[in-house]
Amino acid sequence: MTKAISVSGLHKSFGRTHALNGLDLEVETGEVHGFLGPNGAGKSTTIRILLGLLRADLGAAQLLGKDPWSDAVELHRRLAYVPGDVELWPNLTGGESIDLLSQLRGGLDKRRRDELIERFDLDPTKKGRAYSKGNRQKVAIVAALASDAQLLLLDEPTAGLDPLMEVVFQDVIFQAKDAGKTVLLSSHILAQVEKLADRVSIIRQGRIVQSGTLSEMRHLTRTTIEAETARPATGLEGMPGVHQVRTGDGRVHFAVDGGQLDNAVRKLSEFGIRSLISHPPTLEELMLRHYGDELAANGHGNAHAESEAGDVR
Amino acid sequence: MTAVSDATRRPTATGAETRGGALAGTGTLLRFNLRLDRVRIPVWVLALFLGTLATVNSRNALYGTAADRASVAKTMGSPAALAMTGPRHYLDDYTIGSMIGHQLLGFTTILVGLMSVLIVTRHTRTEEETGRAELVRSTVVGRHAHLASALATAAVANLALAVLLAAGLSGLGIEGMDGTGSLLFGLGHAAVGLAFAGIAAITVQVTAHARGASGMALAAIGAAYVLRAAGDVGTDALSWLSPIGWIQRTYVFVDNNWWPLLLALALAVITSAAGFALSTRRDVGAGLEAARLGRPAASDALGRPLGFALRLHRGMLIGFAAGLFVLGGMYGSILGEAADMVENVEQVQKALERIGGSVSDSFASMILVLVAVVASIYVVMAALRPRAEESGGRAEPVLSTGLSRARWLGSHLAVAMLGGTGLLLLAGLGFGISGAASTGEDGLFLKVLGAALAYAPALWVTAGFAAAIYGWFPRATAAAWIVPVYAFVVGYLGQILDFPDWMDNLSPFGHVPQLPSADMDWTPLALLTLVAAALLWLGLAGFRRRDLDLK
Repeated sequence: MTKAISVSGLHKSFGRTHALNGLDLEVETGEVHGFLGPNGAGKSTTIRILLGLLRADLGAAQLLGKDPWSDAVELHRRLAYVPGDVELWPNLTGGESIDLLSQLRGGLDKRRRDELIERFDLDPTKKGRAYSKGNRQKVAIVAALASDAQLLLLDEPTAGLDPLMEVVFQDVIFQAKDAGKTVLLSSHILAQVEKLADRVSIIRQGRIVQSGTLSEMRHLTRTTIEAETARPATGLEGMPGVHQVRTGDGRVHFAVDGGQLDNAVRKLSEFGIRSLISHPPTLEELMLRHYGDELAANGHGNAHAESEAGDVR
Repeated sequence: MTAVSDATRRPTATGAETRGGALAGTGTLLRFNLRLDRVRIPVWVLALFLGTLATVNSRNALYGTAADRASVAKTMGSPAALAMTGPRHYLDDYTIGSMIGHQLLGFTTILVGLMSVLIVTRHTRTEEETGRAELVRSTVVGRHAHLASALATAAVANLALAVLLAAGLSGLGIEGMDGTGSLLFGLGHAAVGLAFAGIAAITVQVTAHARGASGMALAAIGAAYVLRAAGDVGTDALSWLSPIGWIQRTYVFVDNNWWPLLLALALAVITSAAGFALSTRRDVGAGLEAARLGRPAASDALGRPLGFALRLHRGMLIGFAAGLFVLGGMYGSILGEAADMVENVEQVQKALERIGGSVSDSFASMILVLVAVVASIYVVMAALRPRAEESGGRAEPVLSTGLSRARWLGSHLAVAMLGGTGLLLLAGLGFGISGAASTGEDGLFLKVLGAALAYAPALWVTAGFAAAIYGWFPRATAAAWIVPVYAFVVGYLGQILDFPDWMDNLSPFGHVPQLPSADMDWTPLALLTLVAAALLWLGLAGFRRRDLDLK
């Protein structure tokens, strides 16, 4: 299978700021690839280089087997883009903007457009200036998905959408995936990427720090276990890979490394399990492992952050 | 102002004091506005003040003797010169003072109006459009505080200018410029400024967009200038419709009439009051006109690059087209009177013969320079539209489609250049039709039309210059305004200010043969077209290789 996106050693500076520091990224054809990172990590810069809007200082990038800078126009006919911050023309209606972008891309599936407008509950007769942020985003999403592009580059596409619309968005992305399209989905909303993405790349300070499927990454994370036992659970503290054990009132709460899960649960069963809640590792935790140092520096303790991560689900 | 400070202290005033409540926070906002404008306003005021002083000094040096001044007065009596400067009565006793009142008031009052309009729109509609007003209005700030503080800011700037002018001019100690006249001169500027600030107070209520609001108010300034120009050459009554005309009729340094200031102040009060009244009839952030719904789908034309660009430029192009057609028609209608008037004045006749062509021809040549400058303002605005699209984040989605950078930029430039050419055509039509009618010379129509179109290559160079800057130095695009400003100062004002030839040659407009009074020469037009093509190519090449300037 050919790679839809293949990037190696990408560098980009704006004045003294180094936005990208040797970024590598591989996206297989037909997959939904999560592109995760905090604000300012270089997600948008990467996507804009892939679009040929910015020119990389150093490094190689290939999109659908072409060069994103010199073959930009040809590539743009085969891809669709949703910017993170959608700006529309104040005096064009939403419907006109959708048609404009689709037609400039080289064609429009009218039926699909109307269906998407309906599903996203968008009023296409309103002028651009009258739309809220979420509605501007819907316009860009509809324009992108109404095309028959092979590759979708989505830069934090749901930042302004309400939860109901996010469900619609997920649905539509699954449809696109079923239709064989490749999706690069940048986000810092982890739950969403977790639901949609086959593989994930984590970017930090202009560099990919981790890349792989979620199950590949899970061994790097800790599962949180909360259990009620017949007899007080003891001896867990000493076990390898078990952290932050808290006991009391017949309950036990601890975190365990992916590789040691089996041993820990075996040990726990010795005390007679009455109820067991396990929180699967979340991407929040995964992120915290990579950005934990920054959070700690900002006054957020690791322990605090991890307990928060456990509450997300 | 006392009511204002009262209200700041007791912002929760109720009942009989609701008016004070509506103005709550005005004092704070005024200080805030002055803080925001701490560079802008001093630059405007000082530039106007020093520009005036410099002009006075240069006049004093050039026309030191009464004989010199008398000979200038004769050339100033031509209809073309009167249309550009002011009413004839100043010429009766042409001292340095009356020379300044005659030649300068017409221009400085435009600039003062411009300053006032920009101050008012910036602190009202721009604040609302960006959503900042919403934040401010959620605090203890009355309904009318924004407009009141904006008008007060404009008043501060205008009064500062008035004080400087009054003190500065009387301090020069030039014969014919006494203290009373200097004070009237200064206060006259302030009165016009306040009148146009009041007009802006209305226009910012009408439309929800700062650009539209300032555009409408600037159109009012333009209309005031054209009305006084027509009135000063022809029927005096027209000048009485113009605030600029009123101030010119103070006959400062000649008769020193004070009462026309009352007209301007009355207009300022009435328009400001209307602005306050209208503002209660609309919501924050909205215009008087409710937002309309539009088409749910795009027309076929919108999906094409050129159709798309045209759609974005449409409103402005129509505005300029109407304005230039009327401007041309207006000047054309006084062409006949101008010719008649001069026939009786032998000296002027001779002076114009030296310039070349008949009276109506030389007058037409001069008006066409003005038309070309106005058209070039459109061309620069249109050619810089891609920059606004780019920095506004709207170029990004479009350039991520199958539209290439060259076609995107090229479409905007094509609209700028074809639009500018169309504007010349329309202005020429208006001028030619009404000019031929007022002079009874049928041949004038085609002559004027051709003369107007001769400026097209200069407009193309203007667009090319803007494109080249945009392609290579996108953050310096404001520099493209040099072309129209230079063309106006050297090409238009230079006709009375007598700049050396080389200065004229620096402007693309200086190379265009001044038809119909001069003879046609194709060589410069062909060269200008080549220069334009080279600049456009340069701009496109630069834009193709640079990063997009993204948010």
